[in-house]
Amino acid sequence: MAASIPWITPNRAVPRPHIATKATTEPTLVRWLLIAVAIIFLGAFLLLPLGVVFGTAFEKGLRFYFASLSEPDALAAIKLTLLAAGIAVPMNLVFGVAAAWVIGKFEFFGKSVLITLIDLPFSVSPVVSGLIYVLLFGLQGFLGPWLIAHNIRIIFAVPGIVLATIFVTFPFVARELLPMVQAQGNDEEEAALTLGASGWQTFFRVTLPNVKWALVYGVILCNARAMGEFGAVSVVSGHIRGLTNTMPLHIEILYNDYQFVAAFAVASLLALLALMTLLVKSIVEWKAGQQLAEQATAGEEMGQ
Amino acid sequence: MKVRFKQRSIIPGFGLALGFTLLYLCLIVLIPLSATFLKTSTLTWHEFVRIATAPRAIASYRLSFGGSLIGALVNLFFGVLVAWVLVRYEFPLKRLLDSLVDLPFALPTAVAGIALTTIYAPNGWLGHPFAALGIRTAYSQLGVVIAMTFIGLPFVVRTVQPVLEDLDKELEEAAASLGAGRWQTFRRVLLPSILPAALTGFTLAFARAVGEYGSVIFIAGNMPMKTEITPLLIITKLQEYDYRGATALAVVMLIASFVMLLAVNIVQKWSARQRQLDDPRADSSAGAPSSAPLLIAEGGR
Repeated sequence: MAASIPWITPNRAVPRPHIATKATTEPTLVRWLLIAVAIIFLGAFLLLPLGVVFGTAFEKGLRFYFASLSEPDALAAIKLTLLAAGIAVPMNLVFGVAAAWVIGKFEFFGKSVLITLIDLPFSVSPVVSGLIYVLLFGLQGFLGPWLIAHNIRIIFAVPGIVLATIFVTFPFVARELLPMVQAQGNDEEEAALTLGASGWQTFFRVTLPNVKWALVYGVILCNARAMGEFGAVSVVSGHIRGLTNTMPLHIEILYNDYQFVAAFAVASLLALLALMTLLVKSIVEWKAGQQLAEQATAGEEMGQ
Repeated sequence: MKVRFKQRSIIPGFGLALGFTLLYLCLIVLIPLSATFLKTSTLTWHEFVRIATAPRAIASYRLSFGGSLIGALVNLFFGVLVAWVLVRYEFPLKRLLDSLVDLPFALPTAVAGIALTTIYAPNGWLGHPFAALGIRTAYSQLGVVIAMTFIGLPFVVRTVQPVLEDLDKELEEAAASLGAGRWQTFRRVLLPSILPAALTGFTLAFARAVGEYGSVIFIAGNMPMKTEITPLLIITKLQEYDYRGATALAVVMLIASFVMLLAVNIVQKWSARQRQLDDPRADSSAGAPSSAPLLIAEGGR
């Protein structure tokens, strides 16, 4: 399978703790030195930015914070972000499930090409992702004249933003589901079919429950990226305040206008979303580990 | 003589699922991507080379690719260190830091961009001490490298962690019993096992940083020929309605992305093959080669 980003596999089994013996561990001084270096490095790159975001957001007090968020342009940006994510995530969810089903359960010619193609949006720069839609639907684009003739606006309007968001979040659900579906195999579905279940019944009552944690994981990752996308949306957006600005774009405008506290106030919402994504990721990893352990013990009990 | 019949699967839904998958893929990914290459074909080869090798473009490549390389190298070193510390040691806040490692992946790039700029600006928490030393962090090439390091941080850590967790303690014990010092054991037994995973993480971090836009443009300064990254140059050309110039640069970036994707695939195949060669019985998720203790016993080559 094409390059897989390893952290996003929730079925990492619970790691065995390393039992330190004198032969297999470093002298105490070296150990604490390494720990200190790691903590400083992680602190500087991870904790500091979080601190700056929340610290600056609340610098002028709670009232200013909520006032920045309820300002009309900010509200419009929040609404547009929610709309774009609300369309992109379900569509990519349906696609991800269909792709995982067809790739995981069947053998056919061209399967690895299909997998590579699905992974393409991952490796494309966000700016290029937006550019390709401008080339297709923009004024000078291939469909430009036709769109103008019919008075349809895609680029520099909401549909373009939604399309760009769908593109950049395209592979997330499929990539999470595919390993799980492949690992599950066909046995349970075949058993269900021989017992008389219809295709859809099998899908909803046998397949989906088995992969539910990978599905949840893919959806929250997809959502996090959809709400946070900046480069691609920046290219197709037109930056019209109150109309075609998503939250990241609004943050950029506020920051360039030197309204730092307001910019960080909106940014804190997205940072909160990121933290919740990380929290759900931990929960999913734990639950998936539990599910794997249960399946293992169930297998032993049945004498496999 | 065994006769095998090709059995058609009884699982339903092949046609429907495949049809929908292909349709969606074409509409969202393939057709727009091919528009890019079609547009480029309106340029002659000479025009394309002229645009792609213009001085301003070359300066932006140097920054984008060079900065990403440095960032990925920093992440290679510190990523292995952090993975080691997270897997092998216990210390307060470990679980919190372990979860936070994925923050650069989950945090929107614009948020990361303004946060990093604020920290490293001349009056920022870290920018101030550096400015006192005469080093300019924000609005310089160093700032770009810092942002690219941030972006690539999770990649090496997360590729190396599973390999470290799966390592067999027996190999280290064998090495120790044969007289290897701790550093020797690390260098000759452990490092070769994690090298493929570390290289995969390095390439992924590099590829991600090259295309990065949001985290970098705030801290970069964006001066043409000096602190302008290639994605920004593409956007500038678009704003000047120079669609052909923008497309030419986009094709350069796309080709670079494909090459890096290929590189990651090759590294992964090589590392899988290494593990198979070293121990054909081992399951492919295990890490350490079984011939390591012999190397040490030979007294070091």
